[in-house]
Amino acid sequence: MSGAPKIEVRGLKKAFGRKVVLDGIDLDIGVGESVVVIGGSGTGKSVLVKCILGIIEPDAGSIKIDGQEVTTLSRGKREALLEKFGMLFQGAALFDSLLVWENVAFGLIQGRGMERNAAKKIAFEKLAAVGLGAEVGELRPAELSGGMQKRVGLARAIAATPEIIIFDEPTTGLDPIMGDVINDLIVKCVRDLGATAISITHDMASAHKIADRIAMIYKGRIIWTGAAKTIDNSGNPYVDQFIHGRADGPIQMEVRAL
Amino acid sequence: MTDFLPSIGRVFINFLGAAGRFAMFTLSALSHCFRPPFYFRLIGRQMVDIGFYSLPVVGLTAVFTGMVLALQTNTGFSRFGAASVTATVVVLSVTRELGPVIAALMVAGRIGASIAAEIGTMRVTDQIDALSTLSTNPLKYLVVPRIIAGLVTVPILVLIADIIGIFGGYLVGTYKLGFNAATYLNNTAQNLTAIDVSSGLIKAAVFGFIVALMGCYHGYHSRGGAQGVGAATTHAVVSSSVMILLFDYVLTSILF
Repeated sequence: MSGAPKIEVRGLKKAFGRKVVLDGIDLDIGVGESVVVIGGSGTGKSVLVKCILGIIEPDAGSIKIDGQEVTTLSRGKREALLEKFGMLFQGAALFDSLLVWENVAFGLIQGRGMERNAAKKIAFEKLAAVGLGAEVGELRPAELSGGMQKRVGLARAIAATPEIIIFDEPTTGLDPIMGDVINDLIVKCVRDLGATAISITHDMASAHKIADRIAMIYKGRIIWTGAAKTIDNSGNPYVDQFIHGRADGPIQMEVRAL
Repeated sequence: MTDFLPSIGRVFINFLGAAGRFAMFTLSALSHCFRPPFYFRLIGRQMVDIGFYSLPVVGLTAVFTGMVLALQTNTGFSRFGAASVTATVVVLSVTRELGPVIAALMVAGRIGASIAAEIGTMRVTDQIDALSTLSTNPLKYLVVPRIIAGLVTVPILVLIADIIGIFGGYLVGTYKLGFNAATYLNNTAQNLTAIDVSSGLIKAAVFGFIVALMGCYHGYHSRGGAQGVGAATTHAVVSSSVMILLFDYVLTSILF
């Protein structure tokens, strides 16, 4: 990474009651860089990205986007800042009550006040960019398969040409082939837009494919970060255990009998 | 005893926390009602959902309420030789009390539950977070249209319920109890004043606000998947029903 970071996270802390989820996260993400955050379930990956988006308020620490501190922004300024972001949610989070094209065009119509017909045209272009035909645009989200919903979610995330795109578990719940299709689409969309990308996943195949750099989070801290191609030789026993999916190692899963 | 006191304290603190969250949510929702952007298309859709689609159930309950009221009033007042006031009691009871309360309770059951379930499902499936990431304020987009629709449509529903309820009383009065139709209508019209109707409509607006607000609040704060959405739905109906009866007393004591 060279130059000023697009996103700069310092000493980020967040606890829910007595459970400490983030315990001093430090992370820099460069302009146009694709960083994948890996880690086990419940280690705070989703909380980290929700803090960056301002959906969750951190207890302490700093988040800067383009050098601007965002944790102290007013609600109005935060909403304006969110125009820089696009997000693909784990379950796609499509709006059930709207047609597929209305979902894709939502940010353009509601967020940016674009006229409906112009937004509809862009929505169909974005649907085509993720490999979906015009007929899909007139369906309801409930009529789509999981893979198609993810594609629509991706089309929605890129519709407003964001500077930063966040992918939350983009391949979870998909078969390996569809997972790879989504990975290819993510790489293509991020490259075409020149966007900065943050992805969170436990899918190592996905991480290898879409990451320039990988950061591993464990017990609320970043314990390793490095280029994606170096992760197989990280020399970090936690990373080794995680990427090889071994039950034995320094990471002990909390398993409680019912 | 040493365990008991901290438990009481925790319950009290939790109660204060919940009351504070509810107050903040209410104030925030109200303040957004007066600030642009306004989603007129959504307000219209909610008005149809809350108002138009509630008409059958509200109409049915109103007609039966009026009919039963006429029967009971006639039975009770006959014992004092005052059966002739049946029409007056029916019209006053329906417009001042039963029309607004019965209609609001029906709307609470039908709409409060539906609002809580819809917004609750959006919460647990990340759709509300998705709204935020698309530069759309979820309060403005989800809560404000429902509150405005509740405020506007429940009084209209109550006005219709009043007419249907009085008509139910008229049917029983004339066809079953043997009142002369013209005399019944004359008694109804002579004893009905503007304040009887308007006070019922004021109540209806408050009840509409309560139903929409409680549905939105419980849905918005639901947690934990399907079970959480189910709990939110139950809480929305129970809390709005209790609040309707509580505010009915408060408003009655203020208005009369």
